[in-house]
Amino acid sequence: MGNRLYIVIVGCGRLGSYLANHLSRMGHSVVVIDSNEETFNDLSSDFSGFRVMGDATQIGILKEAKLKQADVLFATTHEDNVNLMVAQIAHKLFNVRHVLARVFDPRREQVYEQLGIETICPTSVAAEMFLMAVAGSQAVEGDKMS
Amino acid sequence: MKVMIVGGGKTLYFLCRNFIAKGYTVVIINRNKEECVQLARQLSATVVCGDGSDAVILKDAGAVGADVVLAITPNDQDNLVICQLAALKFGVPRTIAMANDPENVEIFENLGVTAFSTTHIVSSLIEQRASMEQIINLLPIGEGRVNVTEIALNTDSPVTGKLLKDIVLPENALVAVVMRDQRPIVPRGGNQLLAGDRLVLITLPENHGPVLKIFSGEEQ
Repeated sequence: MGNRLYIVIVGCGRLGSYLANHLSRMGHSVVVIDSNEETFNDLSSDFSGFRVMGDATQIGILKEAKLKQADVLFATTHEDNVNLMVAQIAHKLFNVRHVLARVFDPRREQVYEQLGIETICPTSVAAEMFLMAVAGSQAVEGDKMS
Repeated sequence: MKVMIVGGGKTLYFLCRNFIAKGYTVVIINRNKEECVQLARQLSATVVCGDGSDAVILKDAGAVGADVVLAITPNDQDNLVICQLAALKFGVPRTIAMANDPENVEIFENLGVTAFSTTHIVSSLIEQRASMEQIINLLPIGEGRVNVTEIALNTDSPVTGKLLKDIVLPENALVAVVMRDQRPIVPRGGNQLLAGDRLVLITLPENHGPVLKIFSGEEQ
């Protein structure tokens, strides 16, 4: 990735702060939004992006984060519905090119696929990895048998 | 008609009471167990305890057969998702979301969800009612794009004694009904307006002020 991207991250929890630190270190312009100021303590000392304190479901906060200029938006708060709302606003109203929302409930995932919102479901991802591990150990068992 | 309402508090309670009185089948979804027990005791409605933005809860509550889903929780993000799930996953023909933040009305409409804001409705009511004593009643319809106003004429009103056809109204405004001695008249150009008449006016926000000025003489 040679060019510098403008990335807005909503939610500065474990996932949000990890992404923010990592992407900032890679040289991208990063803006983090969270309604709880304390969460910004999780940003590393070399984080060179901006912090916006506020509720991202209020459009004024998204404007303050200059969402219009963003290339990428990640919605990573702990509330599925906040992530889905912010992702839709970014995608449909601010025309952000790449929008990704974290959604814990796999059943909500399908509906938003229909609406063109890309989602990542940690539950499905983890389940898949567990199932692969089981399949893997079965294969090992199988090898032993033969 | 089957109405499903997601939310709580007094607004939900009185809305449901209203709907039940009209003979509608009412299903309530509320997250708070104690409130659910209370609601089930007070209302002849089906009460489902759970998160209304969870597809399983919506399904259990019978979203598939609902005619209307109304989402009035205090969280706009929940109201949006409830309406989208109801419409897209369960094919509910009409969904309405309350926007706690008035700015979200436009956003929800842009995202394909019908929305209203009580802040908008109440503030426009207060503003327009406070500005003129003669205005008896005011009701915004069509998501606030049309106003229905009732105005009383007295002997000082500039239009009292005039024929309707002699009163020049701006475009897109109408005197819909004249109430005279408790009797409604749907007026034509030849009708004369009299002191004591109560007129029901149809206006748009852009001509509302000028129209009221024509009938009351007061600057809005």
